[in-house]
Amino acid sequence: MLSLVRSLWEVFRHAFARRVTVQYPEQKAYLSPRYRGRIVLTRDPDGGERCVACNLCAVACPVDCISLQATEDEHGRRYPEFFRINFSRCIFCGYCEEACPTYAIQLTPDTEMGEYKRNNLVYEKADLMIDGPGKYPDYNFWRVAGVAIGGKGKGQAENELAPVDTHSLMP
Amino acid sequence: MMSNLYPLLVIAVVLFVVLNLAAGLIWVERRLLALWQDRYGPNRVGPFGLGQIAADSIKLFLKEDWIPPFADNPVFVLAPAIVVATALISFAVVPFAPGFVIADLNIGVLFLLAMSSLGVYSVVLAGWSSNNKYSLLGGIRAAAQMMSYEVFMGLSLLGVVILAGSFRFTDIVEAQRGMWFVIPQCLGFVLFLIAGVAETRRLPFDLAEAESELIAGFHSEYSGMKFGMFFVGEYIGVILISAAISLLFFGGWLGPVLPPALWFATKTMFFICLFILFRAALPRPRFDQLMSWGWKVMLPLALVNLLVTGAVVLART
Repeated sequence: MLSLVRSLWEVFRHAFARRVTVQYPEQKAYLSPRYRGRIVLTRDPDGGERCVACNLCAVACPVDCISLQATEDEHGRRYPEFFRINFSRCIFCGYCEEACPTYAIQLTPDTEMGEYKRNNLVYEKADLMIDGPGKYPDYNFWRVAGVAIGGKGKGQAENELAPVDTHSLMP
Repeated sequence: MMSNLYPLLVIAVVLFVVLNLAAGLIWVERRLLALWQDRYGPNRVGPFGLGQIAADSIKLFLKEDWIPPFADNPVFVLAPAIVVATALISFAVVPFAPGFVIADLNIGVLFLLAMSSLGVYSVVLAGWSSNNKYSLLGGIRAAAQMMSYEVFMGLSLLGVVILAGSFRFTDIVEAQRGMWFVIPQCLGFVLFLIAGVAETRRLPFDLAEAESELIAGFHSEYSGMKFGMFFVGEYIGVILISAAISLLFFGGWLGPVLPPALWFATKTMFFICLFILFRAALPRPRFDQLMSWGWKVMLPLALVNLLVTGAVVLART
Protein backbone atom coordinates (compact mmCIF):
# COMPACT_ATOMS: atom_id res chain seq x y z
CA MET A 1 0.00 0.00 0.00
CA LEU A 2 2.79 2.43 0.89
CA SER A 3 4.66 1.52 -2.27
CA LEU A 4 1.60 2.57 -4.26
CA VAL A 5 1.57 5.97 -2.56
CA ARG A 6 5.28 6.27 -3.24
CA SER A 7 4.85 5.50 -6.94
CA LEU A 8 2.00 8.03 -7.11
CA TRP A 9 4.36 10.64 -5.69
CA GLU A 10 7.21 9.68 -7.99
CA VAL A 11 4.96 9.95 -11.04
CA PHE A 12 3.55 13.26 -9.83
CA ARG A 13 7.05 14.71 -9.52
CA HIS A 14 7.47 14.14 -13.25
CA ALA A 15 5.07 17.04 -13.76
CA PHE A 16 8.08 19.27 -13.15
CA ALA A 17 10.58 17.27 -15.16
CA ARG A 18 11.87 18.30 -18.56
CA ARG A 19 9.85 16.91 -21.44
CA VAL A 20 11.79 14.74 -23.82
CA THR A 21 9.60 15.28 -26.87
CA VAL A 22 11.26 16.95 -29.85
CA GLN A 23 8.62 19.23 -31.38
CA TYR A 24 9.37 17.94 -34.83
CA PRO A 25 8.50 20.37 -37.60
CA GLU A 26 9.83 23.33 -35.61
CA GLN A 27 12.65 21.53 -33.81
CA LYS A 28 14.61 18.91 -35.64
CA ALA A 29 16.48 16.01 -34.14
CA TYR A 30 20.20 15.78 -34.89
CA LEU A 31 20.93 13.15 -37.51
CA SER A 32 24.55 12.07 -37.78
CA PRO A 33 26.37 12.55 -41.11
CA ARG A 34 26.39 8.79 -41.50
CA TYR A 35 22.60 8.61 -41.19
CA ARG A 36 21.05 6.48 -43.91
CA GLY A 37 18.46 8.77 -45.53
CA ARG A 38 17.76 10.10 -49.01
CA ILE A 39 20.19 8.72 -51.61
CA VAL A 40 22.22 11.10 -53.79
CA LEU A 41 24.65 10.79 -56.67
CA THR A 42 27.78 12.89 -56.08
CA ARG A 43 30.29 14.57 -58.34
CA ASP A 44 34.08 14.77 -58.53
CA PRO A 45 35.88 17.80 -57.08
CA ASP A 46 36.20 18.80 -60.77
CA GLY A 47 32.46 18.63 -61.25
CA GLY A 48 32.30 15.45 -63.33
CA GLU A 49 29.96 12.61 -62.54
CA ARG A 50 31.48 10.01 -60.26
CA CYS A 51 29.16 7.20 -61.27
CA VAL A 52 30.78 4.81 -63.74
CA ALA A 53 27.58 2.79 -64.27
CA CYS A 54 29.14 -0.43 -63.00
CA ASN A 55 25.74 -1.70 -61.79
CA LEU A 56 27.19 -2.92 -58.49
CA CYS A 57 24.66 -0.85 -56.52
CA ALA A 58 21.78 -2.30 -58.50
CA VAL A 59 23.14 -5.80 -57.86
CA ALA A 60 23.68 -5.15 -54.16
CA CYS A 61 20.21 -3.67 -53.68
CA PRO A 62 18.11 -6.25 -51.80
CA VAL A 63 14.81 -4.78 -53.01
CA ASP A 64 15.86 -4.05 -56.59
CA CYS A 65 14.92 -0.41 -56.42
CA ILE A 66 17.87 0.88 -58.48
CA SER A 67 17.87 0.68 -62.25
CA LEU A 68 20.38 2.25 -64.62
CA GLN A 69 21.74 2.02 -68.15
CA ALA A 70 25.47 2.41 -68.82
CA THR A 71 26.87 4.36 -71.72
CA GLU A 72 30.18 6.03 -72.69
CA ASP A 73 31.07 9.59 -73.52
CA GLU A 74 33.50 10.72 -76.22
CA HIS A 75 36.50 10.33 -73.84
CA GLY A 76 35.66 6.72 -73.14
CA ARG A 77 34.30 7.48 -69.66
CA ARG A 78 31.43 5.31 -68.63
CA TYR A 79 28.45 7.05 -67.12
CA PRO A 80 24.80 6.16 -66.58
CA GLU A 81 22.43 7.12 -69.39
CA PHE A 82 19.62 7.05 -66.87
CA PHE A 83 19.74 6.33 -63.18
CA ARG A 84 16.49 5.71 -61.38
CA ILE A 85 15.79 4.91 -57.73
CA ASN A 86 12.28 3.92 -56.70
CA PHE A 87 12.10 5.27 -53.14
CA SER A 88 8.76 3.61 -52.48
CA ARG A 89 10.73 0.36 -52.53
CA CYS A 90 14.01 1.53 -51.05
CA ILE A 91 14.65 0.31 -47.52
CA PHE A 92 17.62 2.62 -46.90
CA CYS A 93 19.92 -0.26 -46.03
CA GLY A 94 22.98 1.48 -47.48
CA TYR A 95 24.26 -1.58 -49.35
CA CYS A 96 24.47 0.45 -52.55
CA GLU A 97 26.78 2.94 -50.84
CA GLU A 98 28.97 0.10 -49.57
CA ALA A 99 29.09 -1.55 -52.98
CA CYS A 100 29.95 1.62 -54.88
CA PRO A 101 33.63 1.56 -56.02
CA THR A 102 33.73 5.29 -56.81
CA TYR A 103 31.90 6.82 -53.80
CA ALA A 104 29.31 8.07 -56.28
CA ILE A 105 26.15 6.87 -54.55
CA GLN A 106 25.81 8.12 -50.96
CA LEU A 107 23.11 8.19 -48.31
CA THR A 108 22.41 11.52 -46.62
CA PRO A 109 20.84 12.55 -43.29
CA ASP A 110 17.60 13.72 -44.88
CA THR A 111 14.34 11.91 -44.29
CA GLU A 112 11.76 14.46 -45.37
CA MET A 113 10.74 13.04 -48.70
CA GLY A 114 7.00 12.41 -48.25
CA GLU A 115 4.82 12.60 -51.34
CA TYR A 116 1.10 12.44 -52.03
CA LYS A 117 1.56 10.47 -55.24
CA ARG A 118 3.48 7.24 -55.33
CA ASN A 119 4.90 8.04 -58.75
CA ASN A 120 6.66 11.05 -57.32
CA LEU A 121 8.81 8.73 -55.23
CA VAL A 122 10.61 7.51 -58.33
CA TYR A 123 13.70 9.73 -58.51
CA GLU A 124 15.42 10.18 -61.84
CA LYS A 125 19.09 11.03 -62.32
CA ALA A 126 18.38 14.75 -62.29
CA ASP A 127 16.67 14.41 -58.91
CA LEU A 128 19.49 12.31 -57.47
CA MET A 129 22.51 14.24 -58.74
CA ILE A 130 24.00 16.84 -56.41
CA ASP A 131 26.67 19.40 -57.19
CA GLY A 132 29.17 18.50 -54.48
CA PRO A 133 31.40 15.56 -53.63
CA GLY A 134 29.38 14.48 -50.57
CA LYS A 135 31.26 12.77 -47.77
CA TYR A 136 34.55 12.38 -49.72
CA PRO A 137 35.57 15.89 -50.77
CA ASP A 138 38.97 15.11 -52.34
CA TYR A 139 38.29 11.81 -54.04
CA ASN A 140 38.35 11.67 -57.82
CA PHE A 141 38.02 8.16 -59.20
CA TRP A 142 39.39 8.91 -62.63
CA ARG A 143 42.49 10.56 -61.13
CA VAL A 144 43.41 7.49 -59.10
CA ALA A 145 42.27 4.76 -61.46
CA GLY A 146 44.72 3.32 -63.96
CA VAL A 147 42.29 3.50 -66.82
CA ALA A 148 43.13 5.61 -69.85
CA ILE A 149 40.49 8.16 -70.71
CA GLY A 150 40.53 11.27 -72.82
CA GLY A 151 42.94 13.82 -71.29
CA LYS A 152 44.72 11.25 -69.08
CA GLY A 153 46.80 8.44 -70.42
CA LYS A 154 47.92 5.29 -68.64
CA GLY A 155 50.38 5.92 -65.83
CA GLN A 156 49.34 9.55 -65.31
CA ALA A 157 47.10 8.99 -62.35
CA GLU A 158 48.10 10.10 -58.83
CA ASN A 159 50.63 7.71 -57.23
CA GLU A 160 50.64 5.63 -60.41
CA LEU A 161 53.85 4.33 -61.97
CA ALA A 162 54.38 4.49 -65.69
CA PRO A 163 53.19 1.36 -67.47
CA VAL A 164 55.65 -1.51 -67.68
CA ASP A 165 57.36 -1.73 -71.07
CA THR A 166 56.63 -5.34 -71.97
CA HIS A 167 59.16 -5.23 -74.80
CA SER A 168 62.07 -4.51 -72.48
CA LEU A 169 63.77 -7.10 -70.30
CA MET A 170 65.15 -4.54 -67.87
CA PRO A 171 63.62 -4.64 -64.37
CA MET B 1 -43.57 31.42 -14.44
CA MET B 2 -39.96 31.94 -13.43
CA SER B 3 -40.23 29.28 -10.75
CA ASN B 4 -41.35 26.79 -13.39
CA LEU B 5 -38.52 27.62 -15.71
CA TYR B 6 -35.78 27.51 -13.06
CA PRO B 7 -35.52 23.69 -12.83
CA LEU B 8 -35.36 23.47 -16.63
CA LEU B 9 -32.56 26.02 -16.61
CA VAL B 10 -30.70 24.03 -13.97
CA ILE B 11 -31.11 20.83 -16.00
CA ALA B 12 -29.85 22.54 -19.14
CA VAL B 13 -26.83 24.01 -17.37
CA VAL B 14 -25.97 20.72 -15.65
CA LEU B 15 -26.25 18.75 -18.89
CA PHE B 16 -24.21 21.34 -20.77
CA VAL B 17 -21.46 21.46 -18.17
CA VAL B 18 -21.26 17.73 -17.54
CA LEU B 19 -21.31 16.63 -21.18
CA ASN B 20 -18.79 19.25 -22.24
CA LEU B 21 -16.55 18.44 -19.32
CA ALA B 22 -16.78 14.74 -20.18
CA ALA B 23 -15.69 15.46 -23.75
CA GLY B 24 -13.01 17.83 -22.54
CA LEU B 25 -11.64 15.20 -20.17
CA ILE B 26 -10.40 13.24 -23.19
CA TRP B 27 -8.01 16.11 -23.82
CA VAL B 28 -7.30 16.72 -20.12
CA GLU B 29 -6.45 13.09 -19.55
CA ARG B 30 -4.16 12.85 -22.55
CA ARG B 31 -2.36 16.07 -21.66
CA LEU B 32 -1.96 15.10 -18.00
CA LEU B 33 -0.76 11.58 -18.80
CA ALA B 34 1.73 13.13 -21.20
CA LEU B 35 2.84 15.62 -18.55
CA TRP B 36 3.58 12.82 -16.10
CA GLN B 37 5.34 10.80 -18.75
CA ASP B 38 7.53 13.77 -19.80
CA ARG B 39 5.75 14.16 -23.13
CA TYR B 40 3.51 16.90 -24.55
CA GLY B 41 0.40 15.03 -25.61
CA PRO B 42 -1.99 16.50 -28.18
CA ASN B 43 -0.82 20.12 -28.60
CA ARG B 44 -1.24 20.72 -32.32
CA VAL B 45 -4.94 21.32 -33.02
CA GLY B 46 -5.83 24.82 -31.90
CA PRO B 47 -4.49 26.58 -28.78
CA PHE B 48 -2.95 24.08 -26.35
CA GLY B 49 -4.39 21.33 -28.56
CA LEU B 50 -7.90 22.12 -27.34
CA GLY B 51 -9.21 21.56 -30.86
CA GLN B 52 -8.38 17.90 -30.29
CA ILE B 53 -11.69 17.61 -28.46
CA ALA B 54 -13.62 18.67 -31.56
CA ALA B 55 -11.39 16.59 -33.81
CA ASP B 56 -11.92 13.48 -31.68
CA SER B 57 -15.68 13.96 -31.52
CA ILE B 58 -15.94 14.49 -35.28
CA LYS B 59 -13.85 11.40 -35.85
CA LEU B 60 -16.04 9.30 -33.57
CA PHE B 61 -19.26 10.56 -35.17
CA LEU B 62 -18.07 9.92 -38.71
CA LYS B 63 -16.72 6.44 -38.10
CA GLU B 64 -18.61 3.48 -39.42
CA ASP B 65 -21.11 2.30 -36.83
CA TRP B 66 -20.59 -1.41 -37.24
CA ILE B 67 -22.77 -3.95 -35.50
CA PRO B 68 -21.25 -7.41 -35.87
CA PRO B 69 -23.65 -9.92 -37.45
CA PHE B 70 -23.17 -12.35 -34.56
CA ALA B 71 -24.10 -9.79 -31.90
CA ASP B 72 -27.41 -9.70 -30.09
CA ASN B 73 -28.62 -6.58 -31.85
CA PRO B 74 -31.11 -4.82 -29.50
CA VAL B 75 -29.04 -5.45 -26.37
CA PHE B 76 -25.87 -4.49 -28.20
CA VAL B 77 -27.37 -1.11 -29.09
CA LEU B 78 -28.92 -0.57 -25.68
CA ALA B 79 -25.81 -1.26 -23.61
CA PRO B 80 -23.82 1.91 -24.39
CA ALA B 81 -26.89 4.06 -23.79
CA ILE B 82 -27.34 2.68 -20.27
CA VAL B 83 -23.94 3.72 -19.02
CA VAL B 84 -24.40 7.34 -20.12
CA ALA B 85 -28.02 7.53 -19.00
CA THR B 86 -27.42 6.20 -15.49
CA ALA B 87 -24.39 8.39 -14.99
CA LEU B 88 -26.30 11.47 -16.16
CA ILE B 89 -29.33 10.64 -14.00
CA SER B 90 -27.03 10.48 -10.96
CA PHE B 91 -26.21 14.14 -11.49
CA ALA B 92 -29.83 14.96 -10.63
CA VAL B 93 -28.96 14.85 -6.93
CA VAL B 94 -25.56 16.56 -7.10
CA PRO B 95 -25.75 20.13 -5.77
CA PHE B 96 -23.35 22.43 -7.63
CA ALA B 97 -24.02 25.37 -5.33
CA PRO B 98 -26.59 26.13 -2.62
CA GLY B 99 -29.99 25.86 -4.35
CA PHE B 100 -28.47 24.87 -7.69
CA VAL B 101 -29.56 21.23 -7.81
CA ILE B 102 -32.07 19.44 -10.03
CA ALA B 103 -33.67 17.26 -7.35
CA ASP B 104 -32.62 17.73 -3.74
CA LEU B 105 -33.76 14.26 -2.68
CA ASN B 106 -33.71 13.39 1.00
CA ILE B 107 -32.12 10.06 -0.02
CA GLY B 108 -29.63 11.67 -2.39
CA VAL B 109 -26.68 9.49 -1.35
CA LEU B 110 -28.68 6.30 -1.83
CA PHE B 111 -29.95 7.52 -5.20
CA LEU B 112 -26.43 8.25 -6.36
CA LEU B 113 -25.17 4.85 -5.22
CA ALA B 114 -28.11 3.07 -6.85
CA MET B 115 -27.75 4.87 -10.16
CA SER B 116 -24.02 4.46 -10.41
CA SER B 117 -24.38 0.74 -9.66
CA LEU B 118 -26.94 0.41 -12.44
CA GLY B 119 -24.14 1.35 -14.79
CA VAL B 120 -22.71 -2.14 -14.43
CA TYR B 121 -25.66 -3.45 -16.45
CA SER B 122 -24.25 -1.63 -19.41
CA VAL B 123 -20.91 -3.41 -19.11
CA VAL B 124 -22.40 -6.84 -18.47
CA LEU B 125 -24.93 -6.53 -21.30
CA ALA B 126 -22.27 -5.23 -23.67
CA GLY B 127 -20.04 -8.17 -22.83
CA TRP B 128 -22.89 -10.62 -23.16
CA SER B 129 -24.42 -9.32 -26.39
CA SER B 130 -21.08 -9.06 -28.17
CA ASN B 131 -20.95 -12.86 -28.43
CA ASN B 132 -17.21 -12.72 -28.01
CA LYS B 133 -15.42 -14.66 -25.32
CA TYR B 134 -13.11 -11.82 -24.36
CA SER B 135 -16.05 -9.44 -24.09
CA LEU B 136 -17.92 -11.94 -21.98
CA LEU B 137 -14.91 -12.38 -19.71
CA GLY B 138 -14.74 -8.61 -19.35
CA GLY B 139 -18.42 -8.43 -18.53
CA ILE B 140 -18.15 -11.18 -15.93
CA ARG B 141 -15.15 -9.50 -14.35
CA ALA B 142 -17.03 -6.20 -14.26
CA ALA B 143 -20.01 -7.82 -12.57
CA ALA B 144 -17.88 -9.53 -9.94
CA GLN B 145 -15.81 -6.41 -9.33
CA MET B 146 -18.88 -4.21 -8.97
CA MET B 147 -20.57 -6.58 -6.55
CA SER B 148 -17.53 -6.70 -4.29
CA TYR B 149 -16.69 -3.01 -4.40
CA GLU B 150 -20.27 -1.79 -4.27
CA VAL B 151 -20.65 -3.32 -0.81
CA PHE B 152 -17.99 -1.34 0.98
CA MET B 153 -18.59 1.70 -1.16
CA GLY B 154 -21.98 2.09 0.48
CA LEU B 155 -20.63 1.16 3.91
CA SER B 156 -17.78 3.65 3.71
CA LEU B 157 -20.30 6.45 3.18
CA LEU B 158 -22.39 5.51 6.18
CA GLY B 159 -19.89 7.14 8.54
CA VAL B 160 -20.52 10.45 6.78
CA VAL B 161 -24.25 9.89 6.93
CA ILE B 162 -24.06 9.18 10.68
CA LEU B 163 -22.09 12.38 11.29
CA ALA B 164 -24.38 14.50 9.12
CA GLY B 165 -27.58 12.77 10.21
CA SER B 166 -29.02 12.92 6.70
CA PHE B 167 -28.84 11.30 3.28
CA ARG B 168 -29.45 14.64 1.60
CA PHE B 169 -26.39 16.10 -0.11
CA THR B 170 -27.13 19.71 0.85
CA ASP B 171 -27.46 18.70 4.52
CA ILE B 172 -24.23 16.75 4.37
CA VAL B 173 -22.38 19.74 2.91
CA GLU B 174 -23.90 22.14 5.43
CA ALA B 175 -22.84 19.79 8.24
CA GLN B 176 -19.22 20.33 7.16
CA ARG B 177 -19.20 24.05 7.98
CA GLY B 178 -17.06 23.43 11.07
CA MET B 179 -14.79 20.70 9.70
CA TRP B 180 -14.54 18.74 6.48
CA PHE B 181 -15.61 15.13 6.97
CA VAL B 182 -12.31 13.94 5.54
CA ILE B 183 -10.73 14.55 8.95
CA PRO B 184 -13.00 12.43 11.15
CA GLN B 185 -13.71 10.05 8.28
CA CYS B 186 -10.26 9.73 6.70
CA LEU B 187 -10.54 5.94 6.59
CA GLY B 188 -13.98 6.25 5.00
CA PHE B 189 -12.52 8.70 2.46
CA VAL B 190 -9.74 6.33 1.43
CA LEU B 191 -12.19 3.43 1.15
CA PHE B 192 -14.66 5.50 -0.88
CA LEU B 193 -11.87 6.73 -3.16
CA ILE B 194 -10.73 3.17 -3.87
CA ALA B 195 -14.29 1.98 -4.37
CA GLY B 196 -14.97 4.97 -6.59
CA VAL B 197 -12.07 4.13 -8.86
CA ALA B 198 -13.33 0.55 -9.04
CA GLU B 199 -16.86 1.79 -9.67
CA THR B 200 -15.82 3.81 -12.70
CA ARG B 201 -13.68 0.89 -13.93
CA ARG B 202 -10.67 3.16 -14.20
CA LEU B 203 -7.12 2.02 -13.90
CA PRO B 204 -5.86 0.36 -11.74
CA PHE B 205 -9.27 -1.33 -11.51
CA ASP B 206 -9.96 -1.61 -15.23
CA LEU B 207 -9.99 -5.39 -15.24
CA ALA B 208 -13.18 -5.40 -17.26
CA GLU B 209 -11.31 -3.60 -20.01
CA ALA B 210 -7.72 -4.80 -19.52
CA GLU B 211 -6.47 -4.05 -23.01
CA SER B 212 -3.32 -6.09 -22.46
CA GLU B 213 -5.12 -9.31 -21.58
CA LEU B 214 -8.75 -9.04 -22.75
CA ILE B 215 -8.24 -6.90 -25.89
CA ALA B 216 -10.42 -4.11 -24.41
CA GLY B 217 -12.84 -6.59 -22.82
CA PHE B 218 -16.48 -5.64 -22.89
CA HIS B 219 -16.20 -3.04 -25.67
CA SER B 220 -13.89 -4.84 -28.08
CA GLU B 221 -16.74 -5.32 -30.59
CA TYR B 222 -17.88 -1.70 -30.40
CA SER B 223 -16.97 1.00 -32.87
CA GLY B 224 -17.86 4.55 -33.77
CA MET B 225 -20.07 6.51 -31.45
CA LYS B 226 -21.21 3.43 -29.51
CA PHE B 227 -17.63 3.01 -28.40
CA GLY B 228 -17.59 6.75 -27.80
CA MET B 229 -20.60 6.40 -25.50
CA PHE B 230 -18.69 3.98 -23.28
CA PHE B 231 -15.88 6.51 -23.13
CA VAL B 232 -18.18 9.41 -22.36
CA GLY B 233 -19.97 7.28 -19.78
CA GLU B 234 -16.66 6.46 -18.13
CA TYR B 235 -15.70 10.12 -17.99
CA ILE B 236 -19.10 11.15 -16.64
CA GLY B 237 -18.59 8.47 -14.00
CA VAL B 238 -15.22 9.97 -13.11
CA ILE B 239 -16.79 13.43 -12.80
CA LEU B 240 -19.62 11.98 -10.72
CA ILE B 241 -17.35 10.17 -8.26
CA SER B 242 -15.08 13.22 -7.99
CA ALA B 243 -18.09 15.44 -7.34
CA ALA B 244 -19.37 12.96 -4.74
CA ILE B 245 -15.98 12.88 -2.99
CA SER B 246 -15.79 16.66 -2.83
CA LEU B 247 -19.40 16.88 -1.58
CA LEU B 248 -19.18 14.13 1.00
CA PHE B 249 -15.67 14.59 2.37
CA PHE B 250 -14.34 17.99 1.31
CA GLY B 251 -17.21 20.34 2.03
CA GLY B 252 -18.57 20.68 -1.50
CA TRP B 253 -19.11 24.35 -2.28
CA LEU B 254 -17.94 25.58 1.14
CA GLY B 255 -14.88 27.78 1.07
CA PRO B 256 -13.76 31.37 1.60
CA VAL B 257 -13.75 34.27 -0.89
CA LEU B 258 -14.48 32.45 -4.14
CA PRO B 259 -18.10 31.82 -5.23
CA PRO B 260 -19.50 28.44 -4.10
CA ALA B 261 -19.78 26.90 -7.59
CA LEU B 262 -16.12 27.69 -8.23
CA TRP B 263 -15.04 25.99 -5.00
CA PHE B 264 -17.06 22.94 -5.96
CA ALA B 265 -15.58 22.90 -9.47
CA THR B 266 -12.04 23.28 -8.13
CA LYS B 267 -12.40 20.42 -5.67
CA THR B 268 -14.02 18.20 -8.29
CA MET B 269 -11.30 18.99 -10.81
CA PHE B 270 -8.66 18.11 -8.23
CA PHE B 271 -10.10 14.64 -7.78
CA ILE B 272 -10.50 14.16 -11.53
CA CYS B 273 -6.79 14.87 -11.84
CA LEU B 274 -6.14 12.42 -9.01
CA PHE B 275 -8.04 9.77 -10.99
CA ILE B 276 -5.79 10.44 -13.96
CA LEU B 277 -2.72 10.28 -11.72
CA PHE B 278 -3.88 6.84 -10.58
CA ARG B 279 -4.00 5.80 -14.19
CA ALA B 280 -0.55 7.19 -14.86
CA ALA B 281 1.12 5.58 -11.86
CA LEU B 282 -0.51 2.38 -10.69
CA PRO B 283 -0.28 -1.14 -12.10
CA ARG B 284 -3.35 -3.28 -12.56
CA PRO B 285 -3.80 -5.97 -9.86
CA ARG B 286 -4.46 -9.59 -10.65
CA PHE B 287 -8.14 -10.48 -10.54
CA ASP B 288 -7.85 -12.71 -7.45
CA GLN B 289 -5.92 -9.95 -5.67
CA LEU B 290 -8.69 -7.52 -6.53
CA MET B 291 -11.30 -9.86 -5.10
CA SER B 292 -9.42 -10.72 -1.94
CA TRP B 293 -8.65 -7.05 -1.22
CA GLY B 294 -12.28 -6.18 -1.68
CA TRP B 295 -13.69 -8.83 0.60
CA LYS B 296 -10.87 -9.47 3.08
CA VAL B 297 -9.42 -5.99 3.60
CA MET B 298 -11.76 -3.26 2.43
CA LEU B 299 -15.03 -4.68 3.68
CA PRO B 300 -13.80 -5.35 7.27
CA LEU B 301 -12.18 -1.91 7.34
CA ALA B 302 -15.42 -0.29 6.23
CA LEU B 303 -17.33 -2.17 8.93
CA VAL B 304 -14.80 -1.15 11.59
CA ASN B 305 -15.03 2.45 10.41
CA LEU B 306 -18.81 2.32 10.64
CA LEU B 307 -18.75 0.73 14.13
CA VAL B 308 -16.24 3.20 15.53
CA THR B 309 -18.04 6.20 14.06
CA GLY B 310 -21.34 4.98 15.42
CA ALA B 311 -19.85 4.34 18.86
CA VAL B 312 -18.25 7.80 19.01
CA VAL B 313 -21.45 9.53 17.94
CA LEU B 314 -23.44 7.53 20.48
CA ALA B 315 -20.96 8.28 23.24
CA ARG B 316 -21.19 12.01 22.51
CA THR B 317 -24.97 12.22 22.68
